[in-house]
Amino acid sequence: MSEIDEKLRTELQRQGVWVTSMQELYNWGRKNSIWPLQFGLACCAIEMIATAASRYDIARFGGEVFRPSPRQADLMIVAGTVTKKMAPQIVRLYNQMADPKYVIAMGACAISGGPFKQGYNVLKGIDRYIPVDVYIPGCPPRPEALLHAFMELQRKIDEQKLTGANKAEHLKTDQPSEFPVPKFGEHDLEPAANCAVFQPPVIERT
Amino acid sequence: MSATLQTLEAMERPPVRMTSRLEGELLEVSMGPQHPSTHGVFRMNVALEGEIVRKLKPVFGYLHRNHEQIGEHTTYLGSMPYTDRLDYFCSMSNNWAYALSVEKLAGIELPERAQYLRVILAELTRLQNHASLLGFLLSDMGAWGTPLMYAFREREKILDLFESLSGARMMCDYMRFGGCRVDASDEWLARAKQIVDRFPKFLDEFEELILGNEIVIARTQNVGTLSADLAISAGITGPMLRACGVNYDIRKVDGYGFYPRFKFRIPLGEHGDTYDRLMMRALEMRETIEILKQALAQIQPGPIVNPKVRIRAFRPPVGEAYGRIEAPKGELGFYLISDGGPNPYRYRVRPPSFINLTVLEDMCLGHSVADVMVILGSVDIVMGEVDR
Repeated sequence: MSEIDEKLRTELQRQGVWVTSMQELYNWGRKNSIWPLQFGLACCAIEMIATAASRYDIARFGGEVFRPSPRQADLMIVAGTVTKKMAPQIVRLYNQMADPKYVIAMGACAISGGPFKQGYNVLKGIDRYIPVDVYIPGCPPRPEALLHAFMELQRKIDEQKLTGANKAEHLKTDQPSEFPVPKFGEHDLEPAANCAVFQPPVIERT
Repeated sequence: MSATLQTLEAMERPPVRMTSRLEGELLEVSMGPQHPSTHGVFRMNVALEGEIVRKLKPVFGYLHRNHEQIGEHTTYLGSMPYTDRLDYFCSMSNNWAYALSVEKLAGIELPERAQYLRVILAELTRLQNHASLLGFLLSDMGAWGTPLMYAFREREKILDLFESLSGARMMCDYMRFGGCRVDASDEWLARAKQIVDRFPKFLDEFEELILGNEIVIARTQNVGTLSADLAISAGITGPMLRACGVNYDIRKVDGYGFYPRFKFRIPLGEHGDTYDRLMMRALEMRETIEILKQALAQIQPGPIVNPKVRIRAFRPPVGEAYGRIEAPKGELGFYLISDGGPNPYRYRVRPPSFINLTVLEDMCLGHSVADVMVILGSVDIVMGEVDR
């Protein structure tokens, strides 16, 4: 949050002066104009379209500008099952997006493979290759759930710092903004996961 | 409706001729899998001469989710939720096709009320599928927004019905072998009747908005013409076949369910072009409303499940069966081989949109790139069903 003294701010507001910080203004603008990538994979994409359509209307949150090109998009909604044939393309699309960029993993398939996890051609979660900001479970998640994820993302953007040691990831020059694209190996995708973003969960048995 | 049919026949259709100055020089373009108009993750390798399509090669498999393999490794009932995710617009009709083939395999009879509920739900599915298809097709043509918003407004009303009955908006998982999962209350039937009665108003509005539109006519008439001979020999079914003038509807041919009890007509096209395919959907929705009105008036209280069927530990006798229905996209069939075990020995899906897609190249050759999207949209594909 801002570094301005709250009492001073309310006092000034009473006088008709609105005080804000650069960071607040910048984040306020960013969080209210997130442009998602128009990109559907499977069933969840239909719910994504329903979220953008008449009843749920994602435009109320400033996210209605679906861009077909990754170069113009801020947010990638991974909506549906990621197959092993599709995974390299998704990583490539992510790499083509300009910073700052965010990812929502929508639905059980994008999170973990979902009901198709036992299939030989299904990737067990897109977070193996790209960092995910918000996960929404469901098969498919309702449009309200996508809106909730969207609001969570807005909250996350609002809290990002522009300066200092714990400033936002995309402002740190030593952090990668592109990730290696997996290749088709003899049996499976190679590598099976990107260690920089994915750590397999450790199962502790007592 | 007769007025629209007359204009359809009376319209003069000048042939579309494309010429190019770049003779013989081909440019290969890969369209998809990330493309706003490929309805998912479909990819085409198109060889272009100037702007004219000379070759088109579809690339599949970007959504191959091992449906059949999983179906062979789960129980018969365990496959029911997976069928929802085949054609994710029409989960109810997928359920019905699968339940029908299992019932054929095991020789299960259905109570009367369950048959009526199935007809009502499958026809409601057809309404929302065709409405949203028209919206998508128009947005592929460049009318981005408005028609899709109108279509989804109506779709949401039908999804509300599905949700209050089955608990899920899209993945209903509603049918069971020998019946249905939950009974519809009288209030539900009254609400369904209300929605069905109001639907023609939307159709009038929508037809006025798009079907006479000059741009729609210019973009669709004589574009992507499919001959009846090719359609029959390629195994095309559904509205796409009927747009070529072939009178083939499995609801009439097989008379499965209680369809012989209802009076309805099959709309037929004449030219087999994109405009006819578009009109097929609009006209079919009118007939679907007729079926729904009759079914909602005829339905009587009664049991919804055949009490003799043991759904747990279900083991059909050794044999094979093929059950098919007229899904909104065409003939949807399930072919099952049972070896007497708890899961099928072979589980095969005959997906309508995959087989309808096989003639895509024949329809697209000689047209411009922009027309490819319109032709593809009029085929009505869902990748979950194409790649399975």
